[in-house]
Amino acid sequence: MEKIPILRMGEFLLVTIQVDMHDRLAMTLQEDLTNRISETGARGVLIDISSLEIVDSFIGRMLGNIAAMSRVLDAQTVVVGMQPAVAITLVELGMSLQGVRTALNVDAGMEVLRESVDGPRAM
Amino acid sequence: MSVVHSDTIPVSSESDIVMVRRRVRELASQVGLSLVDQTKLVTAASELARNTVVYGGGGTLQLESLNGPRSGVRLIFTDQGPGIPDLELAMRDGFTTGTGLGLGLGGAKRLVNEFQIQSTVGLGTKVALTRWK
Repeated sequence: MEKIPILRMGEFLLVTIQVDMHDRLAMTLQEDLTNRISETGARGVLIDISSLEIVDSFIGRMLGNIAAMSRVLDAQTVVVGMQPAVAITLVELGMSLQGVRTALNVDAGMEVLRESVDGPRAM
Repeated sequence: MSVVHSDTIPVSSESDIVMVRRRVRELASQVGLSLVDQTKLVTAASELARNTVVYGGGGTLQLESLNGPRSGVRLIFTDQGPGIPDLELAMRDGFTTGTGLGLGLGGAKRLVNEFQIQSTVGLGTKVALTRWK
């Protein structure tokens, strides 16, 4: 079955969603990520959705679930790269992705994760 | 207003939901909707396609490009499922009989310019969406 690859980078897991998400694929990703966090003791998960052309209520709910599950497993989730048209649509749809940390791009997202693990970097 | 082009596709499985998004995107871009309007229409279509599959037991989508004083896209989802007993309740945010967030119908309505729903218990549901250019 089709799967979304999960890469490990130090204490973080990275996921880039590049396919058009079926509902089942979204469910599988949710399970796979939860298992990988528990196996690896990862402290953070970065999900890049810059290739996603839409986020509907199902995908939005999946992102919320991943954030909630990883929090319970002591890992922080950051969703990065949301396209502006997707953001506008999500808000109008009535989803504000509560409980999901977001960042504009991968760099900013990694910074959020590092800070959540190490505390803010001393200047 | 006249229908320039009309096409009907099946909406009965999860992969059909993905196909609906693709076809709606194609048509919306041909008609010349802006990127934001395309995204809104595709998202609304995705919500309704899922309803058709999950609650309606499968059905069809009729895709139409409209011309006249204004151009636009009209989408008509039809199923022969159990129907919706209380439409007003079903349109409300947060209402769900399934496992979703209950944003499907109300959310989809906010994403388009025109939204009509007809449902008869035991016979099925028909939802028409229009997004104008």
